[in-house]
Amino acid sequence: MTGNDLAALSIADLQSLLRRREVSPREVIDALRERIEAVDGDIGAYLSLGIEAAMKEAEHANVDLPLGGVPIAIKDIINVMDQPCTCASKILNGYRAPYDATVVQKLRAAGAIPFGKTNLDEFAMGSSTENSALKSTRNPWDLSRVPGGSSGGSAAAVAGDEAFGALGSDTGGSIRQPAALCGVVGLKPTYGRVSRFGLVAFASSLDQIGPVTKTVRDAAVIMNAIAGRDPQDSTSLNELVPDYVASLGNDLRGVRLGVPKEYMIEGIDPQVRAAIDAAVKQLNSLGAEIIEVSLPNTQYAVAVYYIIATAEASANLARFDGVRYGYRAENPKDVLDLYGRTREEGFGPEVKRRIILGTYVLSSGYYDAYYLRAQKVRELIRRDFASAFEKVDALISPTSPVAAFKLGERVADPLQMYLADIFTIAANLAGICGISIPCGFAELDGHRLPIGLQLLGKPLDEARILQIAHAYEQSTDWHKARPPIAAKMV
Amino acid sequence: MAGNSDLDVAYVARLARIKLTEDEAKIFQKQLDDVLTYAEKLRKVDVTGVDTAAHALPVFNVFRDDTPRNWFTAEQALTNAPRQANGLFVVPKVVE
Repeated sequence: MTGNDLAALSIADLQSLLRRREVSPREVIDALRERIEAVDGDIGAYLSLGIEAAMKEAEHANVDLPLGGVPIAIKDIINVMDQPCTCASKILNGYRAPYDATVVQKLRAAGAIPFGKTNLDEFAMGSSTENSALKSTRNPWDLSRVPGGSSGGSAAAVAGDEAFGALGSDTGGSIRQPAALCGVVGLKPTYGRVSRFGLVAFASSLDQIGPVTKTVRDAAVIMNAIAGRDPQDSTSLNELVPDYVASLGNDLRGVRLGVPKEYMIEGIDPQVRAAIDAAVKQLNSLGAEIIEVSLPNTQYAVAVYYIIATAEASANLARFDGVRYGYRAENPKDVLDLYGRTREEGFGPEVKRRIILGTYVLSSGYYDAYYLRAQKVRELIRRDFASAFEKVDALISPTSPVAAFKLGERVADPLQMYLADIFTIAANLAGICGISIPCGFAELDGHRLPIGLQLLGKPLDEARILQIAHAYEQSTDWHKARPPIAAKMV
Repeated sequence: MAGNSDLDVAYVARLARIKLTEDEAKIFQKQLDDVLTYAEKLRKVDVTGVDTAAHALPVFNVFRDDTPRNWFTAEQALTNAPRQANGLFVVPKVVE
Protein backbone atom coordinates (compact mmCIF):
# COMPACT_ATOMS: atom_id res chain seq x y z
CA MET A 1 0.00 0.00 0.00
CA THR A 2 1.39 3.42 -0.98
CA GLY A 3 1.35 6.43 1.35
CA ASN A 4 -1.41 7.90 -0.80
CA ASP A 5 -3.57 4.78 -0.42
CA LEU A 6 -3.01 4.83 3.31
CA ALA A 7 -3.90 8.50 3.66
CA ALA A 8 -7.09 7.95 1.68
CA LEU A 9 -8.50 5.43 4.18
CA SER A 10 -11.48 6.06 6.40
CA ILE A 11 -10.92 5.85 10.16
CA ALA A 12 -12.67 2.45 10.23
CA ASP A 13 -10.40 1.01 7.50
CA LEU A 14 -7.29 2.51 9.06
CA GLN A 15 -8.23 0.89 12.38
CA SER A 16 -8.51 -2.55 10.77
CA LEU A 17 -4.95 -2.20 9.45
CA LEU A 18 -3.66 -0.92 12.78
CA ARG A 19 -5.33 -3.74 14.72
CA ARG A 20 -3.98 -6.38 12.37
CA ARG A 21 -0.57 -4.77 12.99
CA GLU A 22 -0.14 -4.28 9.24
CA VAL A 23 0.82 -0.69 9.86
CA SER A 24 2.11 1.02 13.00
CA PRO A 25 0.82 4.31 14.43
CA ARG A 26 4.21 5.88 13.66
CA GLU A 27 3.99 4.79 10.03
CA VAL A 28 0.52 6.31 9.87
CA ILE A 29 1.77 9.69 11.12
CA ASP A 30 4.66 9.48 8.67
CA ALA A 31 2.38 8.72 5.73
CA LEU A 32 0.13 11.61 6.71
CA ARG A 33 3.08 13.98 7.06
CA GLU A 34 4.31 13.03 3.59
CA ARG A 35 0.86 13.49 2.17
CA ILE A 36 0.61 16.92 3.82
CA GLU A 37 4.02 17.89 2.44
CA ALA A 38 2.87 16.87 -1.03
CA VAL A 39 -0.47 18.67 -1.18
CA ASP A 40 -0.81 21.21 1.59
CA GLY A 41 1.16 23.79 -0.38
CA ASP A 42 -1.83 23.76 -2.74
CA ILE A 43 -4.64 23.28 -0.21
CA GLY A 44 -3.36 25.20 2.82
CA ALA A 45 -5.45 23.34 5.40
CA TYR A 46 -2.96 23.40 8.28
CA LEU A 47 -1.61 26.22 10.44
CA SER A 48 0.74 23.99 12.46
CA LEU A 49 1.46 20.27 12.77
CA GLY A 50 3.22 19.39 16.02
CA ILE A 51 4.87 16.32 14.52
CA GLU A 52 7.23 15.61 17.40
CA ALA A 53 4.46 15.44 19.99
CA ALA A 54 2.36 13.26 17.70
CA MET A 55 5.26 10.88 17.02
CA LYS A 56 5.91 10.55 20.70
CA GLU A 57 2.29 9.62 21.36
CA ALA A 58 2.29 7.22 18.42
CA GLU A 59 5.08 5.27 20.09
CA HIS A 60 2.89 4.11 22.94
CA ALA A 61 -0.51 4.23 21.25
CA ASN A 62 -2.87 1.41 22.16
CA VAL A 63 -4.42 0.41 18.85
CA ASP A 64 -7.14 -1.65 20.51
CA LEU A 65 -8.82 1.43 21.96
CA PRO A 66 -11.84 2.82 20.03
CA LEU A 67 -9.65 5.37 18.18
CA GLY A 68 -6.30 3.77 19.03
CA GLY A 69 -3.46 5.20 16.96
CA VAL A 70 -5.72 7.33 14.76
CA PRO A 71 -4.46 10.88 14.13
CA ILE A 72 -7.20 13.50 14.35
CA ALA A 73 -6.76 17.09 13.13
CA ILE A 74 -8.02 19.84 15.41
CA LYS A 75 -9.48 23.19 14.38
CA ASP A 76 -7.10 25.83 15.64
CA ILE A 77 -9.68 27.32 18.01
CA ILE A 78 -9.56 24.28 20.32
CA ASN A 79 -6.75 24.10 22.89
CA VAL A 80 -4.25 21.25 22.55
CA MET A 81 -1.68 21.27 25.34
CA ASP A 82 1.63 22.93 24.39
CA GLN A 83 0.48 23.60 20.82
CA PRO A 84 -0.32 27.04 19.39
CA CYS A 85 -4.01 28.01 19.35
CA THR A 86 -4.11 30.98 17.00
CA CYS A 87 -7.82 31.16 16.17
CA ALA A 88 -6.30 32.30 12.82
CA SER A 89 -5.86 35.71 14.44
CA LYS A 90 -2.80 37.88 14.88
CA ILE A 91 -4.03 38.69 18.38
CA LEU A 92 -3.06 35.21 19.60
CA ASN A 93 0.41 35.43 18.13
CA GLY A 94 2.83 33.45 20.28
CA TYR A 95 0.16 31.85 22.48
CA ARG A 96 0.64 28.22 23.45
CA ALA A 97 -2.15 26.27 25.10
CA PRO A 98 -1.38 25.50 28.76
CA TYR A 99 -4.06 22.77 28.84
CA ASP A 100 -6.09 20.32 26.74
CA ALA A 101 -9.70 21.06 25.84
CA THR A 102 -12.04 18.39 27.23
CA VAL A 103 -12.69 17.03 23.71
CA VAL A 104 -8.94 16.63 23.20
CA GLN A 105 -8.59 14.84 26.55
CA LYS A 106 -11.44 12.55 25.55
CA LEU A 107 -9.91 11.85 22.13
CA ARG A 108 -6.64 10.96 23.84
CA ALA A 109 -8.49 8.71 26.30
CA ALA A 110 -9.99 6.89 23.30
CA GLY A 111 -6.49 6.37 21.91
CA ALA A 112 -6.54 9.07 19.22
CA ILE A 113 -3.51 11.24 18.49
CA PRO A 114 -4.25 14.95 18.05
CA PHE A 115 -2.19 15.84 14.99
CA GLY A 116 -2.21 19.24 13.29
CA LYS A 117 -4.16 22.44 13.86
CA THR A 118 -6.39 23.47 10.96
CA ASN A 119 -7.14 26.86 9.45
CA LEU A 120 -10.39 28.74 10.02
CA ASP A 121 -11.99 32.12 9.62
CA GLU A 122 -10.56 34.34 12.35
CA PHE A 123 -12.31 33.34 15.62
CA ALA A 124 -14.63 31.16 13.50
CA MET A 125 -16.30 34.25 12.04
CA GLY A 126 -16.99 33.57 8.40
CA SER A 127 -18.23 31.10 5.81
CA SER A 128 -15.24 30.74 3.49
CA THR A 129 -12.07 30.63 5.66
CA GLU A 130 -11.02 33.80 3.79
CA ASN A 131 -11.14 35.72 7.08
CA SER A 132 -8.10 33.83 8.35
CA ALA A 133 -5.41 36.38 9.14
CA LEU A 134 -2.74 33.73 8.67
CA LYS A 135 -3.35 31.63 5.58
CA SER A 136 -5.54 31.02 2.58
CA THR A 137 -7.22 27.58 2.32
CA ARG A 138 -8.41 26.23 -1.03
CA ASN A 139 -11.09 23.72 -1.93
CA PRO A 140 -9.46 20.39 -2.90
CA TRP A 141 -12.06 19.96 -5.66
CA ASP A 142 -11.13 23.26 -7.34
CA LEU A 143 -8.21 25.23 -5.99
CA SER A 144 -9.70 28.53 -7.22
CA ARG A 145 -12.65 28.09 -4.87
CA VAL A 146 -13.23 28.42 -1.12
CA PRO A 147 -13.50 25.37 1.16
CA GLY A 148 -16.37 27.01 3.03
CA GLY A 149 -16.04 28.04 6.65
CA SER A 150 -15.38 28.60 9.29
CA SER A 151 -13.98 25.04 9.75
CA GLY A 152 -12.60 25.21 6.19
CA GLY A 153 -9.18 23.83 7.16
CA SER A 154 -10.70 20.77 8.84
CA ALA A 155 -13.01 20.04 5.88
CA ALA A 156 -10.29 20.62 3.26
CA ALA A 157 -7.81 18.44 5.19
CA VAL A 158 -10.27 15.53 5.32
CA ALA A 159 -11.35 15.98 1.67
CA GLY A 160 -7.72 16.21 0.49
CA ASP A 161 -6.72 13.03 2.36
CA GLU A 162 -4.54 15.12 4.68
CA ALA A 163 -6.49 13.90 7.73
CA PHE A 164 -8.51 10.77 8.55
CA GLY A 165 -10.89 12.89 10.58
CA ALA A 166 -10.99 16.28 12.25
CA LEU A 167 -12.77 18.33 14.87
CA GLY A 168 -14.53 21.54 13.92
CA SER A 169 -16.80 23.97 15.70
CA ASP A 170 -20.22 25.09 14.48
CA THR A 171 -21.84 28.35 15.58
CA GLY A 172 -24.04 28.96 12.54
CA GLY A 173 -23.03 26.19 10.14
CA SER A 174 -19.25 26.20 10.48
CA ILE A 175 -18.96 22.39 10.44
CA ARG A 176 -21.80 21.52 8.07
CA GLN A 177 -21.27 24.16 5.36
CA PRO A 178 -17.54 23.50 4.75
CA ALA A 179 -18.23 19.74 4.92
CA ALA A 180 -20.83 20.24 2.16
CA LEU A 181 -18.54 22.38 0.01
CA CYS A 182 -15.64 19.91 0.35
CA GLY A 183 -17.70 16.72 -0.09
CA VAL A 184 -17.23 15.23 3.38
CA VAL A 185 -19.38 14.47 6.43
CA GLY A 186 -19.85 17.11 9.15
CA LEU A 187 -21.95 16.77 12.32
CA LYS A 188 -23.11 19.56 14.61
CA PRO A 189 -24.28 17.94 17.84
CA THR A 190 -27.13 19.21 19.99
CA TYR A 191 -26.26 22.24 22.09
CA GLY A 192 -24.80 20.76 25.28
CA ARG A 193 -24.03 17.30 23.87
CA VAL A 194 -20.27 17.96 23.66
CA SER A 195 -18.22 19.97 26.16
CA ARG A 196 -16.86 23.33 24.97
CA PHE A 197 -14.26 23.59 27.73
CA GLY A 198 -11.09 24.62 25.91
CA LEU A 199 -12.91 25.88 22.82
CA VAL A 200 -12.21 29.60 22.45
CA ALA A 201 -15.69 31.09 22.82
CA PHE A 202 -17.31 33.00 19.96
CA ALA A 203 -21.06 32.90 20.69
CA SER A 204 -21.67 30.90 23.84
CA SER A 205 -25.37 30.16 23.32
CA LEU A 206 -24.65 28.71 19.86
CA ASP A 207 -21.17 27.12 19.70
CA GLN A 208 -20.79 23.33 19.51
CA ILE A 209 -17.82 21.10 18.68
CA GLY A 210 -18.29 18.20 16.27
CA PRO A 211 -16.56 15.80 13.86
CA VAL A 212 -15.62 16.20 10.19
CA THR A 213 -15.01 12.81 8.55
CA LYS A 214 -14.97 10.83 5.30
CA THR A 215 -17.88 8.59 6.30
CA VAL A 216 -20.92 8.68 8.59
CA ARG A 217 -19.59 5.71 10.56
CA ASP A 218 -16.40 7.64 11.32
CA ALA A 219 -18.45 10.57 12.61
CA ALA A 220 -20.27 8.14 14.92
CA VAL A 221 -16.96 6.76 16.20
CA ILE A 222 -15.72 10.26 17.08
CA MET A 223 -19.04 11.15 18.70
CA ASN A 224 -18.76 8.06 20.90
CA ALA A 225 -15.45 9.46 22.13
CA ILE A 226 -16.32 13.14 22.67
CA ALA A 227 -19.99 13.31 23.75
CA GLY A 228 -21.12 13.62 27.33
CA ARG A 229 -21.30 15.71 30.45
CA ASP A 230 -18.25 17.67 31.59
CA PRO A 231 -18.13 19.33 35.01
CA GLN A 232 -15.92 22.02 33.39
CA ASP A 233 -18.75 23.12 31.07
CA SER A 234 -21.96 23.96 32.92
CA THR A 235 -23.93 23.93 29.64
CA SER A 236 -22.97 20.32 28.87
CA LEU A 237 -25.95 18.03 29.38
CA ASN A 238 -26.10 15.28 31.96
CA GLU A 239 -27.77 12.83 29.59
CA LEU A 240 -26.92 9.27 28.67
CA VAL A 241 -24.65 8.95 25.62
CA PRO A 242 -25.88 6.16 23.33
CA ASP A 243 -23.53 4.00 21.26
CA TYR A 244 -23.72 5.95 17.99
CA VAL A 245 -21.96 3.23 15.99
CA ALA A 246 -24.27 0.47 17.20
CA SER A 247 -27.33 2.43 16.09
CA LEU A 248 -26.21 2.65 12.45
CA GLY A 249 -28.29 0.55 10.08
CA ASN A 250 -29.64 0.52 6.55
CA ASP A 251 -33.36 0.20 7.01
CA LEU A 252 -35.42 3.38 6.93
CA ARG A 253 -38.86 1.80 7.07
CA GLY A 254 -41.09 3.73 9.44
CA VAL A 255 -38.83 6.82 9.42
CA ARG A 256 -40.67 10.06 8.70
CA LEU A 257 -38.67 12.80 6.99
CA GLY A 258 -39.88 16.39 6.69
CA VAL A 259 -39.11 18.69 3.81
CA PRO A 260 -39.58 22.28 5.02
CA LYS A 261 -41.36 24.16 2.27
CA GLU A 262 -39.68 27.43 3.28
CA TYR A 263 -36.27 25.94 2.47
CA MET A 264 -37.00 25.50 -1.22
CA ILE A 265 -36.42 29.19 -1.81
CA GLU A 266 -35.38 31.14 -4.87
CA GLY A 267 -31.66 31.53 -4.95
CA ILE A 268 -30.94 27.81 -4.60
CA ASP A 269 -28.68 26.81 -7.44
CA PRO A 270 -30.68 24.59 -9.84
CA GLN A 271 -27.99 21.87 -9.66
CA VAL A 272 -28.20 21.88 -5.86
CA ARG A 273 -31.97 21.67 -5.99
CA ALA A 274 -31.85 18.75 -8.44
CA ALA A 275 -29.40 16.87 -6.20
CA ILE A 276 -31.59 17.40 -3.12
CA ASP A 277 -34.72 16.30 -5.01
CA ALA A 278 -32.90 13.13 -6.09
CA ALA A 279 -31.72 12.50 -2.52
CA VAL A 280 -35.28 12.85 -1.21
CA LYS A 281 -36.42 10.25 -3.78
CA GLN A 282 -33.57 7.97 -2.76
CA LEU A 283 -34.46 8.23 0.94
CA ASN A 284 -38.06 7.51 0.02
CA SER A 285 -37.00 4.40 -1.90
CA LEU A 286 -35.12 3.23 1.20
CA GLY A 287 -38.42 3.20 3.06
CA ALA A 288 -38.63 6.68 4.56
CA GLU A 289 -41.94 8.50 4.40
CA ILE A 290 -41.57 12.05 3.03
CA ILE A 291 -43.81 14.73 4.53
CA GLU A 292 -43.94 18.44 3.73
CA VAL A 293 -43.63 20.57 6.86
CA SER A 294 -43.56 24.29 7.57
CA LEU A 295 -41.02 26.36 9.51
CA PRO A 296 -42.75 29.72 9.09
CA ASN A 297 -40.10 31.86 10.80
CA THR A 298 -37.20 30.63 8.66
CA GLN A 299 -36.86 33.94 6.84
CA TYR A 300 -35.84 35.65 10.10
CA ALA A 301 -33.06 33.25 11.11
CA VAL A 302 -30.11 35.05 9.49
CA ALA A 303 -31.10 38.42 10.98
CA VAL A 304 -31.64 36.90 14.44
CA TYR A 305 -28.32 35.12 14.23
CA TYR A 306 -26.27 38.16 13.31
CA ILE A 307 -27.70 40.08 16.25
CA ILE A 308 -27.31 37.35 18.87
CA ALA A 309 -23.97 35.96 17.66
CA THR A 310 -22.35 39.39 17.40
CA ALA A 311 -23.71 40.45 20.79
CA GLU A 312 -22.18 37.38 22.43
CA ALA A 313 -18.95 37.79 20.47
CA SER A 314 -18.56 41.39 21.61
CA ALA A 315 -18.60 40.16 25.21
CA ASN A 316 -16.47 37.04 24.66
CA LEU A 317 -13.77 38.86 22.72
CA ALA A 318 -13.40 41.59 25.35
CA ARG A 319 -10.78 39.31 26.95
CA PHE A 320 -8.34 39.97 24.11
CA ASP A 321 -6.83 43.16 25.45
CA GLY A 322 -3.07 42.61 25.32
CA VAL A 323 -2.73 41.94 29.05
CA ARG A 324 -2.79 38.18 29.76
CA TYR A 325 -1.86 36.47 26.50
CA GLY A 326 -1.16 37.00 22.84
CA TYR A 327 -0.32 40.16 20.99
CA ARG A 328 0.28 43.50 22.73
CA ALA A 329 0.71 46.87 20.96
CA GLU A 330 4.13 48.49 21.44
CA ASN A 331 4.71 51.46 23.76
CA PRO A 332 1.17 52.17 24.93
CA LYS A 333 0.82 55.64 26.44
CA ASP A 334 -1.94 54.55 28.82
CA VAL A 335 -4.21 51.58 29.37
CA LEU A 336 -6.93 52.72 26.94
CA ASP A 337 -4.29 53.18 24.28
CA LEU A 338 -3.05 49.65 25.07
CA TYR A 339 -6.53 48.16 24.57
CA GLY A 340 -7.42 50.28 21.53
CA ARG A 341 -4.24 49.69 19.58
CA THR A 342 -3.81 46.02 20.57
CA ARG A 343 -7.31 45.35 19.24
CA GLU A 344 -6.82 47.57 16.17
CA GLU A 345 -3.62 45.80 15.21
CA GLY A 346 -4.58 42.31 16.42
CA PHE A 347 -8.11 41.81 15.02
CA GLY A 348 -8.98 41.54 11.32
CA PRO A 349 -11.86 43.44 9.66
CA GLU A 350 -14.63 40.85 10.11
CA VAL A 351 -13.93 40.46 13.82
CA LYS A 352 -13.93 44.24 14.28
CA ARG A 353 -17.18 44.56 12.34
CA ARG A 354 -18.88 41.93 14.47
CA ILE A 355 -17.63 43.34 17.77
CA ILE A 356 -18.90 46.78 16.76
CA LEU A 357 -22.29 45.44 15.66
CA GLY A 358 -22.56 43.35 18.83
CA THR A 359 -21.66 46.28 21.05
CA TYR A 360 -24.27 48.40 19.29
CA VAL A 361 -27.16 45.92 19.60
CA LEU A 362 -26.46 45.56 23.32
CA SER A 363 -26.10 49.30 23.95
CA SER A 364 -28.56 51.32 25.97
CA GLY A 365 -31.45 52.52 23.78
CA TYR A 366 -31.02 49.75 21.20
CA TYR A 367 -31.02 46.63 23.38
CA ASP A 368 -34.82 46.21 23.28
CA ALA A 369 -35.17 46.90 19.58
CA TYR A 370 -32.42 44.54 18.48
CA TYR A 371 -31.15 42.05 21.06
CA LEU A 372 -34.32 41.46 23.07
CA ARG A 373 -36.49 41.26 19.95
CA ALA A 374 -34.01 38.86 18.32
CA GLN A 375 -34.17 36.59 21.40
CA LYS A 376 -37.96 36.48 21.12
CA VAL A 377 -37.91 35.67 17.42
CA ARG A 378 -35.33 33.01 18.26
CA GLU A 379 -37.90 31.41 20.54
CA LEU A 380 -40.42 31.39 17.66
CA ILE A 381 -37.83 29.64 15.49
CA ARG A 382 -37.25 27.06 18.23
CA ARG A 383 -41.02 26.45 18.46
CA ASP A 384 -41.19 25.99 14.66
CA PHE A 385 -38.78 23.07 14.97
CA ALA A 386 -40.50 21.65 18.04
CA SER A 387 -43.83 21.48 16.24
CA ALA A 388 -42.27 20.08 13.03
CA PHE A 389 -40.66 17.33 15.10
CA GLU A 390 -44.09 16.30 16.39
CA LYS A 391 -44.80 15.11 12.84
CA VAL A 392 -41.41 13.90 11.62
CA ASP A 393 -38.20 12.27 12.89
CA ALA A 394 -35.82 14.50 10.95
CA LEU A 395 -35.81 17.33 8.42
CA ILE A 396 -34.08 17.40 5.01
CA SER A 397 -32.66 20.42 3.19
CA PRO A 398 -29.65 21.52 1.21
CA THR A 399 -26.72 22.38 3.51
CA SER A 400 -25.75 25.36 1.36
CA PRO A 401 -27.82 27.01 -1.40
CA VAL A 402 -24.77 26.94 -3.70
CA ALA A 403 -21.67 24.82 -4.28
CA ALA A 404 -18.23 26.27 -3.46
CA PHE A 405 -17.84 29.84 -4.67
CA LYS A 406 -14.68 31.50 -6.01
CA LEU A 407 -12.07 32.89 -3.64
CA GLY A 408 -12.64 36.63 -3.35
CA GLU A 409 -16.14 36.50 -4.83
CA ARG A 410 -18.01 37.50 -1.67
CA VAL A 411 -15.46 39.17 0.61
CA ALA A 412 -16.49 42.75 -0.19
CA ASP A 413 -20.13 42.17 0.80
CA PRO A 414 -20.51 40.75 4.33
CA LEU A 415 -24.29 40.46 3.99
CA GLN A 416 -23.98 38.21 0.92
CA MET A 417 -21.47 36.08 2.86
CA TYR A 418 -23.91 35.85 5.80
CA LEU A 419 -26.62 34.51 3.50
CA ALA A 420 -24.39 31.50 2.70
CA ASP A 421 -25.51 30.11 6.07
CA ILE A 422 -29.24 30.41 5.46
CA PHE A 423 -29.99 26.67 5.89
CA THR A 424 -27.63 25.94 8.75
CA ILE A 425 -28.12 28.87 11.13
CA ALA A 426 -31.58 27.97 12.45
CA ALA A 427 -30.31 24.69 13.94
CA ASN A 428 -27.89 26.60 16.16
CA LEU A 429 -30.59 29.06 17.19
CA ALA A 430 -32.90 26.16 18.13
CA GLY A 431 -30.11 24.10 19.73
CA ILE A 432 -30.90 20.99 17.67
CA CYS A 433 -28.45 18.65 15.91
CA GLY A 434 -27.62 18.49 12.21
CA ILE A 435 -25.41 16.64 9.78
CA SER A 436 -24.21 17.31 6.24
CA ILE A 437 -23.37 14.43 3.91
CA PRO A 438 -22.33 14.35 0.24
CA CYS A 439 -25.30 13.95 -2.15
CA GLY A 440 -24.01 14.83 -5.59
CA PHE A 441 -22.01 17.25 -7.69
CA ALA A 442 -22.52 20.50 -9.50
CA GLU A 443 -20.58 21.03 -12.73
CA LEU A 444 -19.03 24.51 -12.87
CA ASP A 445 -16.28 25.68 -15.25
CA GLY A 446 -15.30 22.09 -15.95
CA HIS A 447 -14.95 21.19 -12.26
CA ARG A 448 -17.07 18.81 -10.23
CA LEU A 449 -18.08 20.53 -7.00
CA PRO A 450 -19.66 18.61 -4.11
CA ILE A 451 -23.21 19.25 -2.92
CA GLY A 452 -24.26 18.60 0.69
CA LEU A 453 -27.52 17.19 2.04
CA GLN A 454 -28.45 18.40 5.51
CA LEU A 455 -30.44 16.31 7.98
CA LEU A 456 -31.68 18.08 11.11
CA GLY A 457 -32.68 16.07 14.15
CA LYS A 458 -34.46 16.50 17.46
CA PRO A 459 -32.45 17.59 20.49
CA LEU A 460 -30.14 14.71 21.53
CA ASP A 461 -31.27 12.62 18.56
CA GLU A 462 -27.83 12.38 16.92
CA ALA A 463 -28.21 8.60 16.73
CA ARG A 464 -31.25 9.00 14.49
CA ILE A 465 -29.71 11.44 11.99
CA LEU A 466 -26.53 9.36 11.89
CA GLN A 467 -28.64 6.29 11.15
CA ILE A 468 -30.52 8.02 8.31
CA ALA A 469 -27.31 9.56 6.94
CA HIS A 470 -25.57 6.18 7.06
CA ALA A 471 -28.40 4.40 5.25
CA TYR A 472 -28.39 7.06 2.52
CA GLU A 473 -24.59 7.04 2.22
CA GLN A 474 -24.40 3.26 1.94
CA SER A 475 -26.96 3.31 -0.88
CA THR A 476 -24.94 5.84 -2.93
CA ASP A 477 -21.36 6.28 -4.14
CA TRP A 478 -20.97 10.00 -3.47
CA HIS A 479 -18.70 9.52 -0.45
CA LYS A 480 -16.33 7.37 -2.52
CA ALA A 481 -15.57 10.13 -5.04
CA ARG A 482 -12.14 11.73 -4.56
CA PRO A 483 -11.07 15.21 -5.66
CA PRO A 484 -8.53 15.49 -8.53
CA ILE A 485 -5.78 16.38 -6.05
CA ALA A 486 -6.18 12.94 -4.42
CA ALA A 487 -4.25 11.52 -7.37
CA LYS A 488 -1.29 13.85 -6.79
CA MET A 489 1.49 11.50 -5.78
CA VAL A 490 3.40 11.69 -2.55
CA MET B 1 -21.27 60.09 10.98
CA ALA B 2 -24.14 57.67 10.97
CA GLY B 3 -25.70 56.45 7.72
CA ASN B 4 -29.28 55.20 7.28
CA SER B 5 -29.29 53.44 10.66
CA ASP B 6 -28.67 55.06 14.06
CA LEU B 7 -25.34 53.29 14.31
CA ASP B 8 -22.34 55.62 14.58
CA VAL B 9 -19.45 53.25 13.91
CA ALA B 10 -16.71 55.58 15.15
CA TYR B 11 -18.50 56.10 18.48
CA VAL B 12 -19.35 52.42 19.07
CA ALA B 13 -15.79 51.39 18.15
CA ARG B 14 -14.56 53.60 20.99
CA LEU B 15 -16.99 51.87 23.38
CA ALA B 16 -15.64 48.51 22.18
CA ARG B 17 -12.03 49.69 22.68
CA ILE B 18 -11.09 49.29 19.05
CA LYS B 19 -9.20 52.06 17.25
CA LEU B 20 -10.28 52.48 13.63
CA THR B 21 -8.81 54.50 10.79
CA GLU B 22 -11.22 56.93 9.11
CA ASP B 23 -11.28 54.77 6.00
CA GLU B 24 -12.11 51.65 8.00
CA ALA B 25 -14.89 53.50 9.84
CA LYS B 26 -16.36 54.63 6.53
CA ILE B 27 -16.36 51.12 5.02
CA PHE B 28 -17.76 49.50 8.19
CA GLN B 29 -20.47 52.18 8.38
CA LYS B 30 -21.77 51.25 4.93
CA GLN B 31 -21.47 47.48 5.51
CA LEU B 32 -23.11 47.52 8.94
CA ASP B 33 -25.87 49.88 7.73
CA ASP B 34 -26.66 47.19 5.14
CA VAL B 35 -26.77 44.49 7.82
CA LEU B 36 -29.00 46.59 10.10
CA THR B 37 -31.30 47.42 7.18
CA TYR B 38 -31.57 43.69 6.50
CA ALA B 39 -32.37 43.12 10.21
CA GLU B 40 -35.29 45.59 9.96
CA LYS B 41 -37.43 42.63 8.91
CA LEU B 42 -37.54 41.53 12.56
CA ARG B 43 -39.76 44.53 13.31
CA LYS B 44 -42.55 42.89 11.32
CA VAL B 45 -42.69 39.85 13.59
CA ASP B 46 -45.45 39.75 16.19
CA VAL B 47 -43.66 38.85 19.41
CA THR B 48 -46.47 39.78 21.82
CA GLY B 49 -46.43 37.42 24.77
CA VAL B 50 -43.32 35.57 23.56
CA ASP B 51 -40.66 34.89 26.16
CA THR B 52 -37.02 35.29 25.23
CA ALA B 53 -35.49 32.13 23.86
CA ALA B 54 -35.19 29.07 26.02
CA HIS B 55 -32.71 26.42 25.03
CA ALA B 56 -33.92 23.22 23.45
CA LEU B 57 -33.08 21.43 26.70
CA PRO B 58 -32.84 24.16 29.32
CA VAL B 59 -30.79 23.46 32.43
CA PHE B 60 -30.76 25.62 35.54
CA ASN B 61 -28.60 26.04 38.62
CA VAL B 62 -25.73 23.83 37.58
CA PHE B 63 -23.44 23.43 40.53
CA ARG B 64 -20.46 21.29 41.22
CA ASP B 65 -18.99 20.27 44.53
CA ASP B 66 -16.93 23.00 46.13
CA THR B 67 -13.80 20.92 46.46
CA PRO B 68 -10.33 22.39 46.05
CA ARG B 69 -8.23 20.94 43.25
CA ASN B 70 -5.02 21.73 41.49
CA TRP B 71 -5.16 24.13 38.60
CA PHE B 72 -2.68 26.54 37.06
CA THR B 73 0.08 27.85 39.24
CA ALA B 74 0.73 31.59 38.94
CA GLU B 75 3.79 30.71 36.91
CA GLN B 76 1.78 28.62 34.42
CA ALA B 77 -0.89 31.31 34.16
CA LEU B 78 1.79 33.84 33.25
CA THR B 79 3.50 31.75 30.55
CA ASN B 80 1.59 33.53 27.79
CA ALA B 81 1.74 37.05 29.24
CA PRO B 82 3.20 39.68 26.88
CA ARG B 83 4.80 41.37 29.94
CA GLN B 84 5.18 40.15 33.49
CA ALA B 85 7.18 40.82 36.62
CA ASN B 86 7.18 39.46 40.18
CA GLY B 87 4.51 36.89 39.37
CA LEU B 88 2.14 39.60 38.05
CA PHE B 89 0.88 40.91 34.69
CA VAL B 90 2.43 44.28 33.85
CA VAL B 91 0.14 47.00 32.44
CA PRO B 92 0.49 50.77 31.98
CA LYS B 93 -0.39 52.82 35.05
CA VAL B 94 -4.20 52.92 35.46
CA VAL B 95 -4.64 55.23 38.48
CA GLU B 96 -2.61 58.42 38.89
